[in-house]
Amino acid sequence: MPNRDPSRASSAPPRREDDDIDPSIVVEDGRVKTNEPVSSAVAEPEATTLRHEPHEPPRQHLPTKLFEKRTKVHNKRVDGPFRRFKWLVMFVTLAIYYGTPWIRWDRGPYAPDQAVLVDLANRRFYMFGIEIWPHEFYYVAGLLIMAALGLFLVTSAVGRAWCGYACPQTVWTDLFQHVDRFVDGDRNARIKLDAAPLGPRKVAKRAFKYAIYLFIAFWTGGAWIMYFADAPTLVRDFWAGDAAPAAYITVGILTLTTFTLGGFMREQVCIYMCPWPRIQTAMMDEKSLLVTYKDWRGEPRGSVKKSKNNPEPLGDCIDCLQCVAVCPTGIDIREGPQVGCITCALCIDACDKVMAEVGRPRGLIDYATLEDCKKEANGEATRPPWKALLRPRTIAYFLIWGSIGLAMLFALGVRSHVGLSVTPDRNPPFILMSDGSVRNSYTLKLRNMESRPREMEIALQGLPDALMWTDTTGRDAAARKQTKMVPADQVLAVRAYVIAPPGTKTNEFIFRLTSSDEQQESVETKARFDSPGDGNEE
Amino acid sequence: MVNKRIDEPTGTETVGHEWDGIEELDTPMPRWWLWSLYLTIVWGVIYVILYPAWPLVDKATEGLLGWTSRGELAKEMSVVDQGRVKIREELARIPIERLPQNSKLFKQAVAGGRSAFQVHCSQCHGSGAAGSQTLGYPNLNDDDWLWGGDLKAIEYTLVNGIRAPGVAETRNSVMPPFEGAFEPAQLEAVVSHVLSLSGKGRRSASGAKIYQDNCSVCHGTSGEGNRELGAPNLKDAIWLYGSSREQLRDQILKPKMGRMPHWSGRLDSVTIKMLSAYVWSLGGGEEFVEVAANPAVTVDAEP
Repeated sequence: MPNRDPSRASSAPPRREDDDIDPSIVVEDGRVKTNEPVSSAVAEPEATTLRHEPHEPPRQHLPTKLFEKRTKVHNKRVDGPFRRFKWLVMFVTLAIYYGTPWIRWDRGPYAPDQAVLVDLANRRFYMFGIEIWPHEFYYVAGLLIMAALGLFLVTSAVGRAWCGYACPQTVWTDLFQHVDRFVDGDRNARIKLDAAPLGPRKVAKRAFKYAIYLFIAFWTGGAWIMYFADAPTLVRDFWAGDAAPAAYITVGILTLTTFTLGGFMREQVCIYMCPWPRIQTAMMDEKSLLVTYKDWRGEPRGSVKKSKNNPEPLGDCIDCLQCVAVCPTGIDIREGPQVGCITCALCIDACDKVMAEVGRPRGLIDYATLEDCKKEANGEATRPPWKALLRPRTIAYFLIWGSIGLAMLFALGVRSHVGLSVTPDRNPPFILMSDGSVRNSYTLKLRNMESRPREMEIALQGLPDALMWTDTTGRDAAARKQTKMVPADQVLAVRAYVIAPPGTKTNEFIFRLTSSDEQQESVETKARFDSPGDGNEE
Repeated sequence: MVNKRIDEPTGTETVGHEWDGIEELDTPMPRWWLWSLYLTIVWGVIYVILYPAWPLVDKATEGLLGWTSRGELAKEMSVVDQGRVKIREELARIPIERLPQNSKLFKQAVAGGRSAFQVHCSQCHGSGAAGSQTLGYPNLNDDDWLWGGDLKAIEYTLVNGIRAPGVAETRNSVMPPFEGAFEPAQLEAVVSHVLSLSGKGRRSASGAKIYQDNCSVCHGTSGEGNRELGAPNLKDAIWLYGSSREQLRDQILKPKMGRMPHWSGRLDSVTIKMLSAYVWSLGGGEEFVEVAANPAVTVDAEP
């Protein structure tokens, strides 16, 4: 992060006057080095070891600094189209987060009626009309891939828009900053209050503010656990003290993290903790939209009064520092694109307002691509910013993203709601019965993914003389087919015994599972019948 | 001491080292980061005091809390044991022949029996209960039973063992050795006859005669065996000690007779019940009622 204090460079201790050292020479590791530019063209052998000498001001000993104190950001209130958009995004995202678990969705008597539910105990994930089982986790993987590609798409088109508007850290920081403003007043009042000594009024204000922080944090943590259990039941259990310990621990941890990250850490999370700004920076290029200060128009800066006296050489920037005052991460956008900028565009709102007041055209700070900036600076024709969205890279990302989504929807639409897995006994692989016939044992798992009990028929295909019975029927009921009632939304484990007459050879065959309802859904699973073979008998 | 200087474009000082003109900026850490480092140190000190930490010669230092991973395990095991108390009580109450009617309890008994089988029985019968023909341990998966295959008979065998020394009620029988009793030709004839009972060889008139005189008392006139005496059925396809002529000859001359220890006193009655249910569930278990109709096994049903 660039240093925002230009005086720091020169604030180093001055060299002692009595030192009487030629400033063009430094002593390093006992060797005298020159501070003059050294050309590699100089033929002296020693010069080859010195030619990379940095051509910088004389070296100085500096006091070691272990840490940097955080400068608290007191961002000023601002209004404008981007601020209103941010309000809208904040309202929508918070409404989705807090409200979703309370949406009901009727799935009949055998399944929960919560629209979005991650049922960890029963290993089911419900999302409106979709129910995902653990073996279908690739849908979740697909969603994650879509999320990643979606971020690539957004980043290559509009830069760090995720950071600026939709990231939870941004939304909650914004919310907490509004709380600051509500309790302590706007920027100047907050700076004053911070500097004021701790008195009863300040204590009361702080206590009130932290209480609101804590309430929001607790509500945030509490909303999270609603996704993992039936929300109304959980709320009742939670306050009655009957909820699982994991619920209380989760709420406690999330309350603490929300309180700390939203109330105090804020922009420090974006600047020091989050890997995403680094990744996004690598994905942006000169064609991505980002919040830019148009320095060719703004520089040199000067107040309106100054420019009136001296109109010719001054630019449009009146150096009112409004863009710095409103910034939620406390940076100066006029230093150029930087890692601390989350592109929330509040500085655009602030600057446009000031430009309107002083009667200069808007957009001194604006969304623009670096390429367009270059053109504009050279006086070439520019295009409207939205045209930057349409280019091969964004279109390619969009097509990949969209086709993955369509493929997943298609797969969801045609997937089977029955399943059969077969695990043969391998210890022993076969049993010789007293009548000489051979028996193999299998563990069958009958999967019913519908929210109602279904009758299903297991049939043998292949092994013409073989019969089958199960652990609940007994050998008397041995037949080519067995019928089982599989409970709603469950897997039924069935032990199946397949018996074949003497002389049957080791052979592949098929278990076929068919639902005995109007869907007649059917799956086949291959299995192997092992027998002692021909050689072992006599 | 290295020389540090301010890097002009960023205003940050350098670490002071230089590699071919490349220098590293020494961007200072945020202060809260430093605090989190101190916090971990404090956490570490507290942890070392409260929990086992420093390794000594034979064990580690005991923390103030007295926590051990073994103690944790023991606690968890006792919780599981307490959870099982109810099931064990129910199992102790139910008569074993009625166990299959309570399918939930039966499933739990089979599951408990499976793990007990791995500990106490798998050494001889194998982890898959398939036995061993070479060593003469019977396969428990099939439908051939020497002493009876209904739940009560299996439980009786488990409780009293087979030819277990010093157990009054143990299942006992002896096949006499016929060494020196037959001429070689007679021996071959009886071997042929025994094989012919299960359709494996030609019938032999002289063999049949010798069989009726010497073997039918226990193995039955047609070779159907006798479960009261643990005399194997000679008509079926299953041969505990092998079905080759060589193996049959050995068995007639120097009979091998299996032994099984008794488990009463070593295992509690509930565990024995669970083991019986497991063995019965392996695919060859017989219905108690049906077997009771067979006079040969009624003796087994007596406790």
